[in-house]
This record gives sequence, C-alpha cells and structure tokens, in this order.
Amino acid sequence: MRTVLAALALVGVFGGVLGGVFGGVMPSLAQAKPLKLEKEELKFGFIKLTDMAPLAIAYEKGYFEDEGLYVTLEPQANWKVLLDRTIDGELDGAHMLAGQPLGATIGIGTKAKIITAFSMDLNGNAITVSNDVWKRMKKYVPKDASGKPIHPIKADALKPVVDAYKAEGKPFNMGMVFPVSTHNYELRYWLAAGGIRPGYYAPSDISGQIMADAYLSVTPPPQMPATMEAGTISGYCVGEPWNQQAVFKGIGVPVVTDYGIWKNNPEKVFGVSAAWAKKYPNTHLAVIKALIRAAIWLDANHNANRSEAVKILARPEYVGADAKVIANSMTGTFEYEKGDKRSVPDFNVFFRYFATYPYYSDAIWYLTQMRRWGQIPEAKPDSWYAKIAKEVYRPDIYLKAAKMLVDEGKASKKDFPWMSDGYRPPQSHFIDNIVYDAHKPNAYLEKFKIGLKGNERIEGGKIVGKP
Amino acid sequence: MSTLVATISRIAPFPALLGEISREQAAKWFWRSVAVPVIAFAIFLGLWQETSKQIVTSLGTIPGPVEVVKEAHILWADHLHQRAKEAAFDVRQEKRNAAKLAENPNAVIKWHAYTGKPTYIDQIFTSIKTVFAGFLLGTIIAIPLGIVCGLSPLVNAALNPLIQIFKPVSPLAWLPLVTIMVSALYVSSDPMFEKSFLTSAITVTLCSLWPTLINTSLGVASIDKDLMNVSRVLQLNWRTKVFKMILPSSLELIFTGLRLSLGVGWMVLIAAEMLAQNPGLGKFVWDEFQNGSSHSLARIMVAVFTIGIIGFGLDRIMLSLQNFFTFSEKR
Repeated sequence: MRTVLAALALVGVFGGVLGGVFGGVMPSLAQAKPLKLEKEELKFGFIKLTDMAPLAIAYEKGYFEDEGLYVTLEPQANWKVLLDRTIDGELDGAHMLAGQPLGATIGIGTKAKIITAFSMDLNGNAITVSNDVWKRMKKYVPKDASGKPIHPIKADALKPVVDAYKAEGKPFNMGMVFPVSTHNYELRYWLAAGGIRPGYYAPSDISGQIMADAYLSVTPPPQMPATMEAGTISGYCVGEPWNQQAVFKGIGVPVVTDYGIWKNNPEKVFGVSAAWAKKYPNTHLAVIKALIRAAIWLDANHNANRSEAVKILARPEYVGADAKVIANSMTGTFEYEKGDKRSVPDFNVFFRYFATYPYYSDAIWYLTQMRRWGQIPEAKPDSWYAKIAKEVYRPDIYLKAAKMLVDEGKASKKDFPWMSDGYRPPQSHFIDNIVYDAHKPNAYLEKFKIGLKGNERIEGGKIVGKP
Repeated sequence: MSTLVATISRIAPFPALLGEISREQAAKWFWRSVAVPVIAFAIFLGLWQETSKQIVTSLGTIPGPVEVVKEAHILWADHLHQRAKEAAFDVRQEKRNAAKLAENPNAVIKWHAYTGKPTYIDQIFTSIKTVFAGFLLGTIIAIPLGIVCGLSPLVNAALNPLIQIFKPVSPLAWLPLVTIMVSALYVSSDPMFEKSFLTSAITVTLCSLWPTLINTSLGVASIDKDLMNVSRVLQLNWRTKVFKMILPSSLELIFTGLRLSLGVGWMVLIAAEMLAQNPGLGKFVWDEFQNGSSHSLARIMVAVFTIGIIGFGLDRIMLSLQNFFTFSEKR
C-alpha cells in the first residue's frame, strides 16, 4: 500500500491541475502536462456485446484523442481469436472476459501472461431457455399473487425438465461463450445451486462434460439465438443483446439475470499482455484514463447518457443490433417472457460501486470456480490464489490513472477506493445464499454440495481423493 | 477507326459492330444476347420480390430487391458520412499537432491515418487488392513450374502426386497454417504489409495456383512435335525457345488456367476473410451476420451481388486479355 501511495505522490507531481472540459462532444484540447506516449497508434479488439461500451464511448467522445491516442476498434470473430491476437501482438489490448487473463496466466488453453488494470463493468448477462423448455419448466416456477413468476428463478424448476430429458435418453445441451468465461461459471453456479450437475473438466478431457446432467458447449455470443433456434442447444448464458434478441424474435425466454445469481458480479476487463504493459507504461496509463472517463460518462446522472450510448452501440461497426434491442437492458429494464418487462436498474453497471477498480477478490472468485469445476486440476493453498490475483489484477496502475484524472479535474476524488487493499468485504448476495470471503478460497469451496474441494481430482471420469 | 473496331472486336465480339451481317441476323443477335437475359433477370427479380415476403426468419422477412437497393443506398450514404468524419478527424489532428508544436517547436509530429471503420467501398477495394496480390504471386509460381513440368516428363512425374494432393485442399484448411506461419516468420517493427493482408493473399495463392499450373503444363506438353524438332535443328537457346515458341503456342491454355485461377481465388478470398476476420468483403458479411440487426440480411445480399458482379467482372477482364493475346478462333 505504501508503495502505491509513494507512486501516487510521484504522479501527483506530473499531474498539474488544469480544469479539463467535461464530456463535451468535441474533444477538448485543454490538457494537463501530457504523458510521454511510447506508442500512439493502437488497435483494440472487442466482441459485439453491449459491455464493450466503454471502448466505443472513449472513441466516439474523443477521450482517446484527448490523451493523444489514435485508436482503431476492431470486432473479433470469437473470444479465442481475440485472446490469441492480443498475445501475439496483433492487438494492443482487448475487451476480455474476466477469466481470460487469469486462465491464460495459469495456462488453461493458451498460456501467456495477460494483465488487467481496468474492470469494464458489472452484471450484464442472463440465462435464456428455448420456448419448449420454458413451457415445461414454468409449472415448477413459484408465482406471486398475480400469477407472475417470482424472480430470480432458481434452477430447481429446470431440474425436472433435465431429468425428463435423461429419462428419454436425450442430452440436455446448453451454450456458453468460452471455457473460462463468466457465463460458463454463472451458468454452472446456477445449475449446481438447483442440483443439476454441469460436468467437470480434467487434464485429459477438456470438454467439461464429465459426469454431467446438462452438457455445456461453446458457441460465439452472436450465434446463440440462431443455434438455439436450430435446436442444437436448449438454452444458453450470454451477455446482451443476445438474450433480449431471443425475446424479440420469439425464440426463447430469459429466466434469470446474473444480477440474480450474484448481485453486482464483475464481468469484463480490459486486458493487455504483460510484455506490452511493461514496454508501454505511459500509453497504458493513457488508455486507462480514457476508459475511466468513458465509464464515468456511461453512468453519469443516473444513466442519463444511456440512450445516446445505445444509439452509438447500434451502429454496425460496434454491436450492430437494433437499437431497441440494446436499449432494453442498457436503459434499466429487462424483458423476461414477452410482455413481462421488469425494472433492473443495475443490469449494466459501468462505473457505480467502484465497478472499474480491479479487485483481487473478483479475480479470486473466478479462480475458485476454475478449481471447483476441475480446470485447476489439483488443490492449491489459499496463498496461491492471492498470488495469482496480484499478478494479473493491477489496481496500482488503475489508481495512478485515476489520480491523474482527479488532478486534471476530469473525475472526482470520492469515486475511487484509494485505501482499498483490493478485497471487497465478504459478499452474500448469491442465489444459494452462500457467503464468499476472498481471503479463504478453500473454505469457500468446502461450502458447495456440487464441485471439487480439498484434494479431490477427476480421474477416469470419476472424483477421487480426499475432500 | 477501323483498327479500333478491330481491336474492340478482338476483345469483345459484337458482330453488329463489324457491319458484316444482315439486318435479320442483327435482330436475332439482339434478341438472343440482350433481350432474353434482360427479360429473364426481370422475371427473377419479380419472383424474388414475391417469394421473399413469404419467408419469415428470426431477422424479419427475407429482403426483396427493393430493400436491397435501399440498403445499397444506405451503405453509400454511410461511406460519405465516414469520409466526413475522417475530414473532421484530420482537422482535430492538425489542431492537436499545432498545439504540440506551439508548446515545443522541436516536438516530433507524426501524422496518423484515420482510425474509424472501413466503409463498404473500402472493403471492396481491400478485397480486390488482396485477390490480385495473391493471384499474381500464384501466377509467378505456377507458370514457370508449369513450363518445367510440361517440358520434362521426369519433373512432371515427380510433382504430379503433390499437385493432385494439394489441389483439392480447402482454403479453410490452409488458413490456420498460413496464419501461424506468417505470425512466426513475418516479424518487423514497421511492417510494409499488414499481417492480415499477407495471410489472405497467401491463402489465395495456395488455392488458386493449381489450375494455372496444370493448364500450363498441359499446354506446354501438347506443343506440336514438329515445332520442337525445328527448335532442335536450329539449336535455339532456351530463352528463345521459351519466349518465341513455347509460350505463344501454349498461351491459350495458360489463359484458361489463369481464368480458372482468378475465379477460384476470388471465391477462396471471401471465405478466408470470413474465417480469419481479415479486412474485406468476407469480413463485412460475417460482421453483418453477427450484428443480427433488421438491416443485416439486406446488407448481406448487397454483398452477395457485389461479390458476384466483381467475380463476373474479373472473369471478363481475363477473357478480354485472352482474346487480346491469343489468335485462336475458339471461344
């Protein structure tokens, strides 16, 4: 902590106070002493999802240009391509799943050191099932007095349907977007909380379908609705706009948002390779500054700017879906069944609740889930979890950038957790009411009925070893 | 004038231009070559307009010709809009650079190209550039190799199995290999070409050189034996032999190969751009598919027509070249 403060003091010397111009459409030329940039032309990758918004806003509002950066934003085919291109230097950085930098660092899939100094958003996903599955599970869903389903819906209602599939000898298939994606862990968490086993990973079998009741497989987000329509999968967990798209097209029903599974869960991060960050430290800071300003703009005055953001995101070069589909979740409503619109003001959070600060505890939660489902095959001590989190998540860089913005008058001091040790207080808002304390990851794993714990590992398609 | 007509008629044979046919024949020719295709196309458009309304997909109904034309207009307007944005971008950049210089007269000023998205028109030109790069590279490899194969039965026997194995390989199978090779071998801090351009072009090369290679070797192998004997008697050196005798007499088949190659190359390129997400029309189609907006289908159809028309245009260019360079009466 002390080193961080010292660094801040140093940075403070550079950040001469100069009233920046707030959120004008034209980028301001008023600048504090600019950073000496090592690289001005950058290319960032993204996947067509509404939570890429900070990148689009930083570009369109001229925040990148204010920092002297010339950024090209490029949509990528899928998460794997995006990660590989970031690793081999074709992209300078990218909109990533929170699990990607962690997974890459510990060697799930392509092994490479990726770091993040900026968390892009909270929440933003949902689980959608096909019309047919919804019809079959609806009778098990608790209703309120007016006959509407009570949210959040638990997977207990889905269990009879999955059991029926099993009895008929049919596999129950679901889609998620990537093996280390937030969606994979959320979907698994939700299923397991309802007593449905989502399947384990093992070093010899990375399908993630060992001992599974529901078979999960990878589908790129934009193709989810089409794949479900084709009957290849009966449900999926994905970010927006692909859940609302299913409602609009009448091919499926979202049953639960990730806000209901884990309130204010971290979703995407802005990832760069560790080598890149080392080579271009000032450029990295400038990028984080621009992104923080974009996040501030997105949440300013209780989401006042969201409708403008929706218009920008609807352009074909960004998300490209119809504005009315994107608008649903971005402006704080979410439609479950057709006509069942509910208010979910925090469905997309970009800046409130310190959303952009890269908390170690967020990283550790993803690591616990990787261990829970066998992607981390062997038991690890609590200290290992903390070490990896510190290696990948870099709040020190984030706070440096935030300090500059405060000094330039472009952000207010109270919006940043200056004194945080990187751990959120124990969190209790999970769908199964299990409390998560990031300081004790192994104890946390013990609390789950379904999932690996202690020294358990998967061998020959079975769980072996002592819990 | 007469020479011009002669040239034109060699490139594109319009019998009416030559004034060598009767009125009746001209009418017949007009009916066959102009009226029938136009009427058929009109019928196709009508059928399309009617049936498209019947098919309801998850992205709305299938767009008819009217919507597609509208969408083409939108794409054009978008192109103009992006150009305006680019102008504004340049103005801002100039201002910023001026401010930089005012602060420090010795500051190093670098001019940055526009960072916005490539428009549809840009993507078309990117694709055309890439296909020609790949096609030229393929031609440079295929023609000499084909000549050697055609002249020497030994080399032909040696290469034949390789040609037969590699010829049917899909571009999508080459692509990962090419991508990884290019990433590994093409490392420079200030690259002349984009990596993506190279991977697309090399994939096109790998898939499109076979027709040229096979046709060249066939053309060379089937040269009149008398000619070969004459060259032996005259003791021509190899350069004269190749340029004065072998190439002219096998030109017809070489061009047939080139035409096929360019066609294959164009088809392959779109697939490669789609899979590798390299800039070009293929990426445009894939991005629109991913967008899944109410405009997407119409835009993809615009792209389909664009791809088709460009492919047709490329084929015509090759045919004209062939007619220009060869003297055969066969078409």
